[in-house]
Amino acid sequence: MARKIGDVILEVKNISLAFGGVKALTDISFDVKEHEIRAIIGPNGAGKSSMLNCINGVYQPQQGSITFRGQAFRHMNSRQVAEMGLARTFQNLALFKGMSVIDNIMTGRNLKMRTNLFQQAIRWGASEREETEQRVHVERIIDFLEIQPYRKTPVGKMPYGLQKRVDLGRALAMDPQVLLLDEPMAGMNVEEKQDMSRFILDVNDEFGTTIVLIEHDMGVVMDLSDRVVVLDYGKKIGDGVPEAVRSNPDVISAYLGTTH
Amino acid sequence: MGFFLETLFGGLMVGMLYSLIALGFVLIYKASGVFNFAQGAMVLFAALAMARFYEWIPKWLGFDNRLLANVLAFAAAVVVMIIVAWVIERLVLRKLVNQEHITLLMATLGISYFLEGFGQMLFGSDIYKIDVGMPKDPVIVLESALQGGVLINKEDLYAAAIAAVLVALLALFFQKTATGRALRAVADDHQAAQSIGIPLGRIWIIVWSVAGVVALVAGVIWGSKLGVQFSLSLVALKALPVVILGGLTSVPGAIIGGLIIGVGEKLSEIYIGPMLGGGIEIWFAYVLALGFLLVRPQGLFGEKIIDRV
Repeated sequence: MARKIGDVILEVKNISLAFGGVKALTDISFDVKEHEIRAIIGPNGAGKSSMLNCINGVYQPQQGSITFRGQAFRHMNSRQVAEMGLARTFQNLALFKGMSVIDNIMTGRNLKMRTNLFQQAIRWGASEREETEQRVHVERIIDFLEIQPYRKTPVGKMPYGLQKRVDLGRALAMDPQVLLLDEPMAGMNVEEKQDMSRFILDVNDEFGTTIVLIEHDMGVVMDLSDRVVVLDYGKKIGDGVPEAVRSNPDVISAYLGTTH
Repeated sequence: MGFFLETLFGGLMVGMLYSLIALGFVLIYKASGVFNFAQGAMVLFAALAMARFYEWIPKWLGFDNRLLANVLAFAAAVVVMIIVAWVIERLVLRKLVNQEHITLLMATLGISYFLEGFGQMLFGSDIYKIDVGMPKDPVIVLESALQGGVLINKEDLYAAAIAAVLVALLALFFQKTATGRALRAVADDHQAAQSIGIPLGRIWIIVWSVAGVVALVAGVIWGSKLGVQFSLSLVALKALPVVILGGLTSVPGAIIGGLIIGVGEKLSEIYIGPMLGGGIEIWFAYVLALGFLLVRPQGLFGEKIIDRV
């Protein structure tokens, strides 16, 4: 593969998160290198989504810090995260269901828009031009994800697997440096999983986007990722290349021991 | 036949005004999932501001020109409503992000009482008049087709036209601009909208400002018909059945719902009223809404609520 894995871009240090007395995450540390595909795996309830939500600024961990491009944060905030170039998708789709595919992906370009409300209201030259520019970009993403026939379809009316692609498309529209994917293949059939895997690899390959991915389908993860973090009951029990993780006895007993 | 048409038109005109107020509800509900009880108070507040600035501005600046005074007073009232929106976002909504809907509902109830009181403290609590120069004289149409023609109030006709233009502008704004798209996105899913960097706070200020301006237009039209007084804030109660009928999430629903209620009210008063001893106009809308809740709880145009179990 042509892509080269770079330096550490995102580092999570000693993160602990509790909801009341329930400890969702205990002292988790790991790093993500530029251009790599990094997976976070673990059985249900292991704290995978909580981890992602901490990085994304939805949850604020009680302890620890998150370093992005050398800048350390006590905790993140959603909007700031978006501005810094981290985009995410959602496990339970959080698309704008009443809006068309184009509109959904266009919202991902929101931060790139520079014209103000009044210019837009009277469709002043600059705003018209901007809309067209962004639209070109969005069309590229639609081509890339092979959802051309659905452009104008309200997202709520599309099949689930395709909605997942739109979710990915909206995140891609932000030109992210790091893409956080929350169970991109949950609830998909084999064929849809293959498509999604291909898109993820292509994004990583063509745009050099760093990808952090949560998944509990072991097979898919091992094939896709460069390195894997394994969580169980909010604790880190394994970290390394897929082969190493696969042979780690803790991981086998906690995770592979149960069939999925 | 002529009398029937007159009643029908009368109903349509009143309905258009209900629509205008219902529109304020729908805008805010769509963008923030809040049922804004303060919409009526906002109508009163805006109308008071307009009426008083119309008196004050010529005095301050020392001129005597009705058109100019109206334009300036309207502009000043718009500014006031934007400030109100900003303050509401700062002091109330921002603190209540991601809270239960019922909490937000109660908050708007509080805002409602506050605006009613504060508005009257600021602008006075007498009956004021708004005169934007709408013609008061009636016209007779369809004289050739019907004996005696149909009598229509010109003022109503203008009011309906203004309301229609406003609705069209809002629809364009929502569908065709990037900000409109962001508004719809926020309406659909707060969290997802935040994750792609849409600033919730700014969106809320915009929505409440737009709702404030809609309230102002409604206030000006009602106010020039009935005078600006406290009872204006109660007109909003009539908008409740309208939004139930039309669907809380639908702009066209608010319009059609308003028209149906307006017409239904007038026609039932005239044709069913005598059988029941009159006074139907007062409760007709609510009974209609109740019927709708039983049959079609999402309203005529609302999104069907389907929860994944």
